[in-house]
Amino acid sequence: MSGPERCPVTDWQTDFDHTAPEYAADAPAIWQELRETCPVAHSDRFGGTWLPTRHEDISAIAHDTEHFTSRGVIVSVLEPQVPAPVGYAPPISSDPPFHQIARGLLLPAFAPKAIRPLEAPTRAFCSQLIDQILVDLPTSGVVDVAEQYAQHIPVRVIAHMLGVPAEDGDRFRDFIHRILEMAGQNDEPVAAEDTMLHYISAQIEKRRGEPTDDLIGFLLQAEIDGVPLTDDHVGGTIALILLAGIDTTWSAIGASIWYLAQHPEECARLVAQPELMPFAVEEMLRAFAPVTMARKVSQDVELGGKQLHEGDWVLLPFPSANRDPEFFENPNEVILDREKNRHAAFGLGIHRCLGSNLARMELTVALEEWLARVPEFELADPEAVLWSTGQVRGPRKLPIRILDPGTSATTKGAR
Amino acid sequence: MKISFNRDACQGHNRCYLLAPELFDVDDEGYAVLLVTGDVPEQLHAKAQLAVDNCPEYAITLTEENPPA
Ligand code: HEM
Ligand code: SF4
Repeated sequence: MSGPERCPVTDWQTDFDHTAPEYAADAPAIWQELRETCPVAHSDRFGGTWLPTRHEDISAIAHDTEHFTSRGVIVSVLEPQVPAPVGYAPPISSDPPFHQIARGLLLPAFAPKAIRPLEAPTRAFCSQLIDQILVDLPTSGVVDVAEQYAQHIPVRVIAHMLGVPAEDGDRFRDFIHRILEMAGQNDEPVAAEDTMLHYISAQIEKRRGEPTDDLIGFLLQAEIDGVPLTDDHVGGTIALILLAGIDTTWSAIGASIWYLAQHPEECARLVAQPELMPFAVEEMLRAFAPVTMARKVSQDVELGGKQLHEGDWVLLPFPSANRDPEFFENPNEVILDREKNRHAAFGLGIHRCLGSNLARMELTVALEEWLARVPEFELADPEAVLWSTGQVRGPRKLPIRILDPGTSATTKGAR
Repeated sequence: MKISFNRDACQGHNRCYLLAPELFDVDDEGYAVLLVTGDVPEQLHAKAQLAVDNCPEYAITLTEENPPA
């Protein structure tokens, strides 16, 4: 992969780089050190970027749309081009008052009761994936669960909601890799017909003459004050749903399985006490929250004794907020039945993850189906686990060894 | 024990509805709807506390009826 030469980070307080592999591998330790020594850190990288690490500061920024704009949410050397309040991918890039209008259009499709019918097909799909894994299992018992299991689940669900073929999943992962994981680091040209923009325009064109009852069809028929949405709005929102719903959920499922692979006693507990699952899912989301967002400073403001200037980037590491000892008891411990858990994995304030109900369902179903079929497994090689870089953090390579696959296969017959 | 809910603070995280469906419903947009007015029945105190302790936006509060003097 070609990209600009990266200077190694020598000092995380003054020169952090959230896209560095060391950060990906060890972010929780870096946040902890910064929280104790320099809770609002600065780096000149990406044109000037701040990294707050305390829950209090992260929450304050997420709730303050006056000094912080969502015009840019992925830190990059490139300036976001589309101005507030609409931005390039409504509603994530939008500010009030437009934000609530764009979000309001989508809320009903992602509300808990609208998501419920997707549960059974998601469960069936997870079960099929496991069938395939067990059929293909080499005698070593080793399989990459990030690649063979976790990544396929959200792709299938999103394709279904948007009404596009599930086989396009490989292309989605390509878009995600270029746009999110390599944001600001990759200048390789991409052929026009391989871009996400091209893909989305083609999907829109297909629906022009014949309305469909999928989410793309819905957006094409939606109106704001009697006026249809602009093509840029429709395209931006579809791009957002594609990008926001896939590697995030993939990361959450992968990180949870990564944790469970190292804690057989917790697997056994979840199998024996399925009523713990709702708490366990939130605890996994807290401890391994995948998503760090960003804002641009829209008006000079002080934060934690530091002066932030208009145009600066500010990272919002919700995963760090989730490990702040001022806010959580024993934050570095995973306590599957934690009863007090106001975690911020899905953000805080008006941009609360639109897909949170969907993501929670996918994570729950993915873990339930996995544990029902593969209750015993371990990391095949801890050194081989590879965490993604950038603002979405989760395992991209996760080889595990399934113990006693014979039993797993028979459990299937018994179900 | 009285429960109150601040609709302006609610962002639809939906934690309350999952943990205490006897006390909370959700509307078509995913925002919480409080199902009880005022007093929380004795047998639901623990669930009410769970809802409070898991709402990321501090939109739910509980108050003791007879605060200790
Ligand atoms: C575990 C999985 C997920 C995590 C951790 C996650 C996390 C987040 C976070 C932290 C935000 C807040 C952004 C901000 O403050 O700027 C957000 C927003 C958003 N997410 Fe998710 N997300 C997940 C899954 C999904 C899924 C499955 C979808 C949809 C299919 C989705 C769609 C969105 C959208 C559309 C927004 C923008 C909402 C707005 O700006 O009003 N996410 N997500
Ligand atoms: S948990 Fe809080 S923010 Fe979420 S729906 Fe309930 S009241 Fe609203």
